[in-house]
Amino acid sequence: MRELSADVITNTVERLCVESNYFLPGDVKKALEDAALKEESPVGRDTLLDILKNAEIAERNQVPICQDTGLTVVFVELGQDLRVVGGDFNEAINEGVRRGYKNGYLRKSVVDDPFLVRKNTGDNTPAIIHTTIVKGDKLKITIAPKGGGSENMSALRMLTPSEGVKGIKKFIVDTVDKAGSNPCPPVIVGVGIGGTIEMTALIAKKALLRTVGEHNPDPEVAKLESELLAEINNLGIGPQGFGGRITALAVNIETFPAHLASMPVAVNIQCHAARHKEAVL
Amino acid sequence: MSKVINTPLSDEVTCNLHAGDRVLINGIIYTGRDAAHKRLAELLERGEKLPFELHGQVIYYVGPCPAKPGNVIGSAGPTTSGRMDAYAPGLMEIGLKGMIGKGSRSKNVIDSIVRHKCVYFAAIGGAGALLAEAIKEAEVVAFEDLGPEAIFRLRVENFPVTVIVDTEGKDLYEIGRSQFKR
Repeated sequence: MRELSADVITNTVERLCVESNYFLPGDVKKALEDAALKEESPVGRDTLLDILKNAEIAERNQVPICQDTGLTVVFVELGQDLRVVGGDFNEAINEGVRRGYKNGYLRKSVVDDPFLVRKNTGDNTPAIIHTTIVKGDKLKITIAPKGGGSENMSALRMLTPSEGVKGIKKFIVDTVDKAGSNPCPPVIVGVGIGGTIEMTALIAKKALLRTVGEHNPDPEVAKLESELLAEINNLGIGPQGFGGRITALAVNIETFPAHLASMPVAVNIQCHAARHKEAVL
Repeated sequence: MSKVINTPLSDEVTCNLHAGDRVLINGIIYTGRDAAHKRLAELLERGEKLPFELHGQVIYYVGPCPAKPGNVIGSAGPTTSGRMDAYAPGLMEIGLKGMIGKGSRSKNVIDSIVRHKCVYFAAIGGAGALLAEAIKEAEVVAFEDLGPEAIFRLRVENFPVTVIVDTEGKDLYEIGRSQFKR
């Protein structure tokens, strides 16, 4: 059985925390450039160009794209033929987060309890870790820092099957409409449909990791993504909510089988600083 | 073309700013977000003095990243203003003249903006690296224990913002959306 030292995991997580916060992914940059060409509102266009300029400055000066360097969401795919040695697996990840946020001068944005004292933990831990066991002997780590502004505008509803596609569309468009300027548009809309309450939220989050411009492989779902993107961009919210044609860069839907009584839908809104970075060990 | 203004702000300046105007701010501004606002409200409730003179001042809703060695400040873009809606009218009552953040404000806040001839600006959310370049000095003036949520006194040069709500209560978020809605 292949062995992997916990230290290697810590070092990798540290590096990914810093890089994901300094460098905007290429697909997101490309989508913003395309959006600037399409945007009809002059203020909206200037805003998109400023967002691109910001990404350039962050890259050049090696500083965070956004001061909200987020809660650290970590997706791990752990190969079943791999054994982690020399330390606790989850602690190895949290130690990487601790070092990345300190050494990368990232903001510490975690409070230790959600509604009492709300004292900052001081090191951005604990990370939100989702681990799946997969075939093989590799370890894939994806770091996706998630800011509070867009997360706060996200929503989940247990729809009934009779509400159908119409009900799903209405809930998604209404959620983006209500969010307005708050989640830093242009946004990426991650949608989960099906599963249980926690599964639909999880697949909505995972949908945000998809390359911008790629569709769900199911043609019916892909069609729904395109229709929703058009409807959302007809809301007129525009870049930063200043008014315009580009409110969203993409709508990414993931689905999962559901209980015969249920049709849960989760909408996870991602700001334009759609940060994520992965490594395979 | 952007309008260039200097802080502190007078009624003459704020009344000349209109929803949709692009503005470059120069001078001193103060940072403050959730936890700092809560503490300011507690001081006011107890009738105690605030840690800085609020008259004519501008508060920037931001929790910056730590500064890298040699830098004045880390990335410093705006946070969502709506969370400060509960506190903003009380501060405008005693002299606050401008707010910088992102996202819509409540009717109550907009009414206070009109009543006290204040202005609400937005900076580009998620453009923290770009905005930090306009910040030339930064020092903590209160609540250092709050870390990124402490109150900083910032000196800014040509800090770029857009007027969202003006002294007449016009709201760019409403105007912009209705213009491009289909």
